[in-house]
Amino acid sequence: MHIVDRRLNPGGKSLVNRQRFLRRARAYVQQAVRDSLKDRSIKDLDKDGQITIRRDAIHEPTLHRAAQGGNRERVLPGNHDYMEGDRIKRPSGGQGAGSQAGDGEGNDDFQFALSREEFLDLFLDDLELPDLAKQRLIGGKVDGIRRAGYSVAGNPSNLSVSRTMQRAMSRRLALRRPSSGDLARIEEEIAEIEARDPALPDDATRLEALREERSHIIRRRNLIAYIDPVDLRYRRFETVPKPVAQAVMFCLMDVSGSMTEHMKDLAKRFFALLHLFLTRCYEHVEVVFIHHTDRAAEVDEQTFFYSTVTGGTLVSSALEKLQEVIAERFRPDDWNIYVAQASDGDTMQSDNGRVVGLMNDAILPICQYVAYLEVGREEFADIEGIGTTTGLWQAYAPVAEANRNFVMRKVHHRREIYPVFRELFQRKGVAERSA
Amino acid sequence: MTAKHAKSPLFTGSDWDFSLINRIYDTIEPIALKEMGLNIYPNQIEIISAEQMLDAYSSIGMPLFYKHWSFGKQFVTNEAMYRKGLRGLAYELVINSDPCINYLMQENSATMQTLVIAHAAFGHNHFFKNNYVFKQWTDAEGILDYLEFAKRYIAQCEERHGQLAVERVLDAAHALMNQGVHRYPRVRPRDLKGEAAREAERQAYRDRIYDDLWRTIPTGARAAAVPGEARRAALGLPQENILYFLEKTGPLLQSWQREILRIVRLIAQYFYPQRQTKAMNEGCATYTHYRIMTALHQRGLITDGAFMEFLSSHTNVVYQPTYDSGHFGGFNPYALGFGIMSDIERLCREPTEEDREWFPELAGCGDPIEALKDIWANYRDESFISQFLSPHMIRQWRLFQIVDRASESEMRVDAIHDERGYRRIRRALAREYEIGRQEPDIQVVDVDLAGDRKLMVEHAVLDGVPLDGGDAAMVLQNLANLWGYEVVLKEVDAESGKELKSHNSVPEKNWPR
Repeated sequence: MHIVDRRLNPGGKSLVNRQRFLRRARAYVQQAVRDSLKDRSIKDLDKDGQITIRRDAIHEPTLHRAAQGGNRERVLPGNHDYMEGDRIKRPSGGQGAGSQAGDGEGNDDFQFALSREEFLDLFLDDLELPDLAKQRLIGGKVDGIRRAGYSVAGNPSNLSVSRTMQRAMSRRLALRRPSSGDLARIEEEIAEIEARDPALPDDATRLEALREERSHIIRRRNLIAYIDPVDLRYRRFETVPKPVAQAVMFCLMDVSGSMTEHMKDLAKRFFALLHLFLTRCYEHVEVVFIHHTDRAAEVDEQTFFYSTVTGGTLVSSALEKLQEVIAERFRPDDWNIYVAQASDGDTMQSDNGRVVGLMNDAILPICQYVAYLEVGREEFADIEGIGTTTGLWQAYAPVAEANRNFVMRKVHHRREIYPVFRELFQRKGVAERSA
Repeated sequence: MTAKHAKSPLFTGSDWDFSLINRIYDTIEPIALKEMGLNIYPNQIEIISAEQMLDAYSSIGMPLFYKHWSFGKQFVTNEAMYRKGLRGLAYELVINSDPCINYLMQENSATMQTLVIAHAAFGHNHFFKNNYVFKQWTDAEGILDYLEFAKRYIAQCEERHGQLAVERVLDAAHALMNQGVHRYPRVRPRDLKGEAAREAERQAYRDRIYDDLWRTIPTGARAAAVPGEARRAALGLPQENILYFLEKTGPLLQSWQREILRIVRLIAQYFYPQRQTKAMNEGCATYTHYRIMTALHQRGLITDGAFMEFLSSHTNVVYQPTYDSGHFGGFNPYALGFGIMSDIERLCREPTEEDREWFPELAGCGDPIEALKDIWANYRDESFISQFLSPHMIRQWRLFQIVDRASESEMRVDAIHDERGYRRIRRALAREYEIGRQEPDIQVVDVDLAGDRKLMVEHAVLDGVPLDGGDAAMVLQNLANLWGYEVVLKEVDAESGKELKSHNSVPEKNWPR
């Protein structure tokens, strides 16, 4: 009997199959990811999680008998009081005589967990991000790794051959391990003496001594290993933590009646992407939600996305609230401040002057980046694109021209969200800006 | 053993290490081989982690397998269930190979490892080596080599012809997997080891004789149509092994596609005995571990605490819920197999009058192990139940039979555990285990290779139960894709010969060829 310890074998044998499965069910999984975004907080976006797809999407058909109909017989255990000839009502559900229980392939939902990478990949794919940008977001930790001397334990791939051989050699020298040359010399001499035809008188004793020496050498060579486990040296690496930085992200949204579900959904994706981006660049990211009609309030995420408040639209109220929160909790010296504003662009003309003033004088100087996202109806994408501009757009246009850290975009479809970030990515990430 | 508790126990806590596993094995071995007289393949015990067990689950328990998305689906299902705690993992997995590979989970306690070694390394192992169905149909020596070949071959096909094309063939072959089994033995045993060499040789030959010139030769006049009978005989029709038929006759398949069909078919054939002997196989293993564990305890080799742990796990395994308990899902093969086997032990030792009448040869013979070994070697589930389900068992389990006729509005209790019912119940239960009844009888009946090449498939409908329509249509689509021309499936009543239903399907245009 053999015992084999397989626990240290590389795991993840099923990884390939799993990827193939995801590829196979991609359309359905993508839809599921899109749907699940509704239930996810934007902070939880890059977590792994359960998703559910329809079972028939990945059904494997076989030829088998129908579950109903025909004449059936069945033997069951646990009779209580039935007698032969008793009649029983046919059960309506699947259980009972009719069901061929056990294969479990119903029409129910198929639920499984996606890893963080898989989820993000599908989410970003849905936004039609270019691969490079995607790489940067999914790429995981970018902690630096640097060489840090040698260690006695480690991964075989990190084995330092030169160090190991060096140590082995010094050990062999110190312990006087006979070299193969020594052995060869003696064997040569033995052969020479043996081959001598008329043997010299002291050949026998000499041969004796040589043979003994040879066995001694062989024994020593066996005892003292050429390379011993104590010689092994591995290259050691250590991770270098990046400087801790923190950021706060303000989500500003107009929640007046003119904002439709579609617009809010676009806004949510935009905020989610920004959050994702920031969490890649900063150790710690806080999110503050401010919604406004003609009055602004700081709210939680649920209220922010899903409650409707009636009222007019005063963008300045939101900016004032923003200022207030910054002054209270986020000193610009300690925090990198990002502002993302989403609105349908409806605003009161009289308010514009104040909005621009606040933006230029109070907010832009202390912020890393301000993005204004004007969300439009999907169906009017073409018409709106042509030239009608909203009040807020007109007001912000000069601001955007004057400031490099202010970006504004119109978005009708989720695939248009990413270009808003393009500028950020082109400048090689926020991390370098804030450094 | 003169004195009870003569020796000190093998272990006391729940921790184990490799030397303990060795000692456990060495203690069990003489009990199993000398006292019980089991005959086994050499064992190889492999310790694996929970994650690796999940991996093994998704490739039908085999240590290596080709890649396909359906195994990924299995994997995510099992993983989700396991992570949620809905389902535990098996304590072991055992592979019918020579040497017999036993996977033990590292999470098991020392008691569980003992149980599992007794169960798998001796119980299942003996059954694999001695049961006639396994002997007839599987080649324990060659299976791992063959899987290795299959894996490599399919990977090569993916490189040559693209992942998608291979996947489509595999999908279609998997759909027909249950129809890829020879149910009646042929004389020639399979030499799975030679497969790889044979395929390489063929490929080399094809490469050597390849000549582009053949393409340019004009096709001659068509041969005259062969009359029906002769044509069917020439094609070996009717043929129930659809995959075999496609592999040999499919007009549009390329050689690599045929080889893939062959791989799927041979693997289906390898698992075919397991489907026929579930209750017996598990019963044999459970009976063996029960005997061994009891013997160990009697000799003081395991502590009372360990024995309690074993009993609690054992009773869970052989629990049979009643039909109205809410979690009844058919008969538990462990319970049924173990139940009948312990009943045989009882009637060999202390037979009643009734047993003498029903089992004149076994009752009171005094040597249950010999009787059981004979049974393990020469029966499968269906014949096992129809021979050895005793009235005592029927009473104990309070079995009853119900009959549900489509023509009647209510179901009827046809037999209960009384004199009149014993034989009927026994026959009915055995019929449920008959493989021919579990699976529909589907055969390729005709094809006109010289004409429109329409493939005719027939389902012999038993008891008026037709095929599941939705699935049948999907499978038929796959069959049509493989065949390359129209396929018609007729459902014909087995008794009256009346045609009940007919499905047909034409191949998809964009199917890779």
